[in-house]
Amino acid sequence: MRIKDHPILSFEERKMVDFTFEGKILSGKEGEPIAAALHDAGIRVLRKSPRHNRPRGFFCAIGNCSSCLMVVDGEPNVKVCVTPLREGMKVEYQEGKGDINAAD
Amino acid sequence: MRQTDFAVIGGGPAGLAAAMEAANAGAKVLLLERDDWLGGQLVKQTHQFFGSKNEFAGMRGIDIARHFTEQIEKNENIEVFTGATALGYYEDGVLTAAYSGRVLKIKPRTLLIASGAMEKMIPFINNDLPGVYGAGAVQTLMNVYGVVPGKRVLMVGAGNIGLIVSYQLMQAGIEVEAIIEGTSQVGGYWVHASKIRRMGVPILTNHTILQATGQEKVEGAIITEIDENWKPLPGAEREVKVDTICLAVGLSPLAELLWQAGCEMEFSPQLGGYVPIRDGNLETTEEGIYIAGDVAGIEEATSAILEGQLAGISVARKIGLSVSEDKIKKIKENLKSLRAGPVGEHIRQGLARVER
Repeated sequence: MRIKDHPILSFEERKMVDFTFEGKILSGKEGEPIAAALHDAGIRVLRKSPRHNRPRGFFCAIGNCSSCLMVVDGEPNVKVCVTPLREGMKVEYQEGKGDINAAD
Repeated sequence: MRQTDFAVIGGGPAGLAAAMEAANAGAKVLLLERDDWLGGQLVKQTHQFFGSKNEFAGMRGIDIARHFTEQIEKNENIEVFTGATALGYYEDGVLTAAYSGRVLKIKPRTLLIASGAMEKMIPFINNDLPGVYGAGAVQTLMNVYGVVPGKRVLMVGAGNIGLIVSYQLMQAGIEVEAIIEGTSQVGGYWVHASKIRRMGVPILTNHTILQATGQEKVEGAIITEIDENWKPLPGAEREVKVDTICLAVGLSPLAELLWQAGCEMEFSPQLGGYVPIRDGNLETTEEGIYIAGDVAGIEEATSAILEGQLAGISVARKIGLSVSEDKIKKIKENLKSLRAGPVGEHIRQGLARVER
């Protein structure tokens, strides 16, 4: 959900772009972190942990904790909390460690 | 292999200030920043600085970041690499970084590690569930991108970050169930705490979280009152219905590169974890490796800027450039006055053990 009225802050107007999450078409602001657009759409679970298959979401927002690694345009281990959203991106859950050869 | 007088790791307040100082003294500087932009955590500080004595009081963090970025970009002595993650520093003095799908090799004469900090996690059941956030992450999401984390929040920690982020959550229209604090006292400024209380949010001291509930994401939290040994009081457990748990339980230095470079480290509870031993000019036990900002000990942005200036000017002197000794003295005095008084006491205690 996005903030509509804020007593002191205003938010940058940005172009809205479409992207897909697990095949479903969503939209978000171009250049915002992918995770922010997913959050706006109510998506909290971003990946499953490698060992115990536990759901993981957004935690640190600085690209440090690895909780938000997802598969973006076929590339695994993308830190969606710091990766800017672009038109047409294909975003998917990541199961486990991700296959680094899958993108080739 | 790239050669440079001074490599700076981290484009937050400390790294930017250091790069400016050294470059203005005539050093060739190469700056590495992991994010695609400069400014570090200044960019999420969208509210005015609360400080009184520092030169940036009344400015928003994001405007300070813009100011620095403009200065850096037009400085011909500074080469900036954003989206560049430092990987390691080796015995032969080579620094490597991942940049744009390849590995950069840099041989700097001097190095500043200003890698910052990350939020601490505390142990409780299901602390990895989606819906458990670092307080800084919530701040970024909501203040920079205008997206809210949930509808109802439990804040863990009543230091300044916990108090300020709670207030900001309410400004964004989010309900704050309560702020819980493990110790018997509110750690942050009373002015912030009073504001929160006036808005009807309880600050529960001697309380901690035992468990996050929910399967795929947070649906609630089990909290309890505790005694002075952090043992739960019998029968004091209760569940609160929240969809967001926000952890404001402190930060710890991102010290991996310092360990790897062989710097002597010391555990300092007052400074947030393991920090490097340093001299009065912020040089570590490894000659030519300097530190500044949160990686040197958790403080705040103003001290990070001052430490950055001190490290940058010290580097310039080290490599034989002429610098103003008066300026060094002035920066040190400013740091000292910033850490004076009761609020800076733990910092002074911490530094007394790691400064040699």
